[in-house]
Amino acid sequence: MLDADFFRRWMTATAALVDREAERLTALDSPIGDADHGSNLQRGFTAVRTALEKEAPDTPGATLTLAGRVLISTVGGASGPLYGTLLRRTGKALGDAPEVGEDQLAEALRAGVDGVMTLGGAAPGDKTMVDALMPAVDALGDGFAAARAAAEEGAVATTPLQARKGRASYLGERSIGHQDPGATSSALLIAALAEVAEA
Amino acid sequence: MSEERLVGIVLVSHSADVAASVAELAKGLAGGTTSVPVAPAGGRPGGGLGTSAELVSAAAASVDRGAGVAVLTDLGSAVLTVKALLAEGDELPDNTRLVDAPFVEGAVAAVVTAATGAGLDAVEAAAVEAYGYRKT
Repeated sequence: MLDADFFRRWMTATAALVDREAERLTALDSPIGDADHGSNLQRGFTAVRTALEKEAPDTPGATLTLAGRVLISTVGGASGPLYGTLLRRTGKALGDAPEVGEDQLAEALRAGVDGVMTLGGAAPGDKTMVDALMPAVDALGDGFAAARAAAEEGAVATTPLQARKGRASYLGERSIGHQDPGATSSALLIAALAEVAEA
Repeated sequence: MSEERLVGIVLVSHSADVAASVAELAKGLAGGTTSVPVAPAGGRPGGGLGTSAELVSAAAASVDRGAGVAVLTDLGSAVLTVKALLAEGDELPDNTRLVDAPFVEGAVAAVVTAATGAGLDAVEAAAVEAYGYRKT
């Protein structure tokens, strides 16, 4: 079973991965975005880490809900409300149980991804976060390692796609050939989950 | 008619200058002396381009006179931030609405309409209708 501390460690591990990969995320965001994805997420997850240490929510649901709210208020770019909605919806779907099972987490994450799709209007194949998150959620039934691999494959598979959402969509065909920064950071979020689950 | 019943308008842009200038433009075109509460929420708190949930919440609270608040945005994170705040439930005043309108023209239409004492539905309708003003 997964408790509040597991979810806090997931967020902390995400913050560490985002720190490590911030330059790469920003570099990916340069040709097709506004070159701030790495620094925006760094600011957001650093704030999440601080807030979780300070408030120490005692359930998985409250942990993710707080993380989501902090992202919405601190990121400053579209990834704030998108990641914020992902975590908040996932947290709300987990309810107030002190511990949750892997099946519940998979189900809750699906609700979170649905929330992202509703908020941003993106569908699979639009070259967005959804292209990493959806395969990860689908693979979660086969374990955390499978979810991580599916998210990474999903992120890489955005390269040949043409962006249909966000600023990159203004570039039309010129968005083809670049890996999507949001799908890449989404793969980091899932990689952090697998890392914590395997620890 | 009492001033406190006017609909409030919040203008959310990635740029603090754009939000403030559009607010000034809309109030100017509404007659200059209008008492419609209009608040810009542009850029990030420390400067720089982006959207700040805190500035949006503060702006909405500052223009709430109990008659509803119409929020107009430019694009991208501005739209998504307002939608996420509305979904949160307690971050914005009751009866706050994201209005789907062109930023500049919609802001002018919204402020002019709000200045007549019209309600939130009419303010929203006027702003949305601004999409229909063809220029060629």
